[in-house]
Amino acid sequence: MKVRYFPGCTLKTKAKDLDRYARLCAEELGVTLEEIENWQCCGGVFTTATDEIATKLSSVRALMDARDHDAPLVTVCSACHNVIKQTNHAMQNDADFAKHVNLYLGKDGQYYGEAKAIHYLELLRDVIGFDTIRGKVKNPLAGKKIAAYYGCLLLRPSQTMQMDDPENPTVMEDLIRALGGEPVVYAQRNECCGGYAVLEDAAIAKKNSGKVMTDAASHGADMIVTACPLCRYNLEKNGTGEIPVVYLTELLAEALGVKEDAHDAQ
Amino acid sequence: MQRIGVFVCWCGTNIAGTVDVKRVADALRNEPGVVFSAEYQYMCSQAGQDMIKNAIREHNLTGFVVCSCSPRMHEATFRKTAEAAGLNPYMVEIANIREQCSWVHKDMEIGTEKAIVLGRTAIAKVNLNAPLTPGESPVTKRALVIGGGIAGIQTALDIADAGFPVDIVETKPTIGGKMAQIDKTFPTLDCAACILTPKMVDAAQNDKIRILSYSEVTDVRGFVGNFSVTIKRKARYVNEEICTGCGLCTEKCPQKKVPNEFNLGMDTRRAIYIPFAQAIPKVATIDADYCTMLKTGKCGVCAKVCTAGAIDYTQKDLIMEEKYGAIVAATGFNPISMEPFDEFAYSQSKDVITSLELERLMNAAGPTSGQFVRPSDGKHPHKIVFVQCVGSRCAGASKGKEYCSKICCMYTAKHAMLIRDKYPDTEVYVFYIDVRTPGKNFDEFYRRAVEEYGVHYIKGMVGKVTPTGDTLRVQASDLLANKQILIDADLVVLAAAIEPDKSARPLATMLTASMDTNDFFTEAHPKLRPVESPTAGVFLSGACQGPKDIPETVSQASAAAAKVIGLLVKDKLVCNACVASSDEAMCNGCSTCERVCPYGAITYADKEFRMPDRTTRIRRVAQVNQAVCQGCGACTVACPSGAMDLRGFSNKQIMAEVDAVCK
Repeated sequence: MKVRYFPGCTLKTKAKDLDRYARLCAEELGVTLEEIENWQCCGGVFTTATDEIATKLSSVRALMDARDHDAPLVTVCSACHNVIKQTNHAMQNDADFAKHVNLYLGKDGQYYGEAKAIHYLELLRDVIGFDTIRGKVKNPLAGKKIAAYYGCLLLRPSQTMQMDDPENPTVMEDLIRALGGEPVVYAQRNECCGGYAVLEDAAIAKKNSGKVMTDAASHGADMIVTACPLCRYNLEKNGTGEIPVVYLTELLAEALGVKEDAHDAQ
Repeated sequence: MQRIGVFVCWCGTNIAGTVDVKRVADALRNEPGVVFSAEYQYMCSQAGQDMIKNAIREHNLTGFVVCSCSPRMHEATFRKTAEAAGLNPYMVEIANIREQCSWVHKDMEIGTEKAIVLGRTAIAKVNLNAPLTPGESPVTKRALVIGGGIAGIQTALDIADAGFPVDIVETKPTIGGKMAQIDKTFPTLDCAACILTPKMVDAAQNDKIRILSYSEVTDVRGFVGNFSVTIKRKARYVNEEICTGCGLCTEKCPQKKVPNEFNLGMDTRRAIYIPFAQAIPKVATIDADYCTMLKTGKCGVCAKVCTAGAIDYTQKDLIMEEKYGAIVAATGFNPISMEPFDEFAYSQSKDVITSLELERLMNAAGPTSGQFVRPSDGKHPHKIVFVQCVGSRCAGASKGKEYCSKICCMYTAKHAMLIRDKYPDTEVYVFYIDVRTPGKNFDEFYRRAVEEYGVHYIKGMVGKVTPTGDTLRVQASDLLANKQILIDADLVVLAAAIEPDKSARPLATMLTASMDTNDFFTEAHPKLRPVESPTAGVFLSGACQGPKDIPETVSQASAAAAKVIGLLVKDKLVCNACVASSDEAMCNGCSTCERVCPYGAITYADKEFRMPDRTTRIRRVAQVNQAVCQGCGACTVACPSGAMDLRGFSNKQIMAEVDAVCK
């Protein structure tokens, strides 16, 4: 099957691995991620100012593309995912917002939230299925204690994201189990890494990322896995350095046995 | 031709504020049948009622319309007025121009127009009204109390005291409910068991009270004064009559690993068990989910050790059918699940507990024999953090409840105080949104916790609990100091919101009693009839109606009992006069009405009819038992031939109303 794919800026620059393995793994699991044409930056954050339209148009155009191709719109980056899902939700539920957006779109067409935006994890869980993935694992992650790190943007606001329980999520733990690894549950897994606050005051990111990493390490984790480039940046740059941080798709690629091929191809 | 009077009520400014009552009275004076029309400040007052009576006599009225509040408020009042003036009470109609008009409109013009339409509609109906006479039905002088907690026990004791027999149906093996699990009660700090268990014994020894423990209500039929209730007595595999409650079987049973629900799973019990020492009835029960004998047929230890020979592995569920005049719902509450609130790490750490779990931890008969220790390592905790409002007052109710659970502020103050009193080496913190302590001697109690016992009350909520090594790192905000705080606690106690017991919703369906969006039973009137359900003969006791502490629960339990006694002393009840009846000439005996009747009021009879050609024929026709019919009207809508009609709400009357609205 084919889905529409919105990689986002970071996946083309700092987080190339996140992007490359996402495509390779999806292909291995029988899904082609078709990158939409002429996509633009999602804006990075969903502004809560209701009269802020322009920064949300990129998301709307991406969603329109998915609708026109009659396929879901998949994102990997937590931030892109958050912006696009929140924008779609606003287009579906806020008539005033939708009206203004459509005035901007003009001759490009009109959009009322008909497309479905999903995160790569939802593609794995709801479309492909963890049981199918379990069957395709070539290198089980046996003996590896892996701490899933959700951060804040992946799950919240939970009524809009509609993905998992924001206080007691299980989707990444279930995936780790399907890949043969042992998930480590720790309290800080859904706390903020510091996010963009790192630009203003690195101490905030240090405090937050430090707490996350220490909590994961003290629960015996060998590594932290995340879907978000900014989370990874903060954890690596501002964490305590106790354990490595890898992308979710890297881990998946390793288990599915497509990681080496990727290196060869380079 | 009717001679109709119209009386428009101002209700002070309630109606007159948005409805021009004079214009309404004037407009309605010209409606067909109307011979008198007037307005007055308070129609329900003595003077207002006298005005109606005088008009009936002076103008020879055959019926009248009162344009006032909802018929639920004063229909009965004005029917009595009619009766006092010699008029049939069913010749009165109410046009609701308050709740359905003046209160929902702001514009005088719109309000007045609508009030005229509503008045016209009622007049159209009165034109077709006919005098009705209600029947009578007998009263079964016995009450059923569903739920054997403190609410159910108190209600049953009071009803029995007045001389009426009562059955208590309790799903658990013992009565006692939540109060039996509580250690001490606020604000007096007396031991809960010491005041509860004597009442349990009283109930057991009262010859008017029958306790049906380990039983469930599975079906309710009938109506006020004449309920027919099916009760399932679940098999406990122990003969209740023979078991002496010696407890030997509960010591010898080899299946030791059953989570003990009485201690909220903090310790284990055997597969055959007596929930706690003072259980009533004090008989053992076998938990079929865990009993090796029942599951595999191999064991039988309890039967071997039982000297009384009370064990019976072949026992089956027993279904019994009983008659009652009144039913009291006393199904109580439960703390909500802490699952959606994992920011407090309840599922991650044994040392994050709920307040009810703390009650058991502090109780001498609890899992730690009253030693206040951490569940994880048995060590004495030094820093204890209480979090109030967990799941209560959740705006938008994305998770948790929108309401205040009412009891948590007081029991948290109690816990904090007891801990500080017994263990002065502890630091106790309480995080709160607001401290709400209305109630006799309640605020004094809370002040004592703060001032005498040095409990740290911090306004603000806990955002995150992170289990870190031996401690629980509590991250919270202090709203008054406007700063973030971190506390490394040894124990975190969550004041979980309370919700109605899960059995309440299906029970409400059986009783046709209404519930609110939170599954609390709705009272007939929030102020004037707080212990009655809107369904006649069904009464409400305790927390099934809303969050309540023990003093309030007991008050309401006694109030419900008083209402039940008031019903049971009557020999006969006046039935509803507005019942269905079938036109036999039109009925074709199709049974549609019988199938839709929720009360089982419709039966069929073969009747002989004379045909136009002078022959006779036997035809099957519907007959309504007027003592059973509640006048819901379902049959009149379902009847394909239009034979079924509702007295007082006939098809003709309703069509006339519709026509009047559309005129």
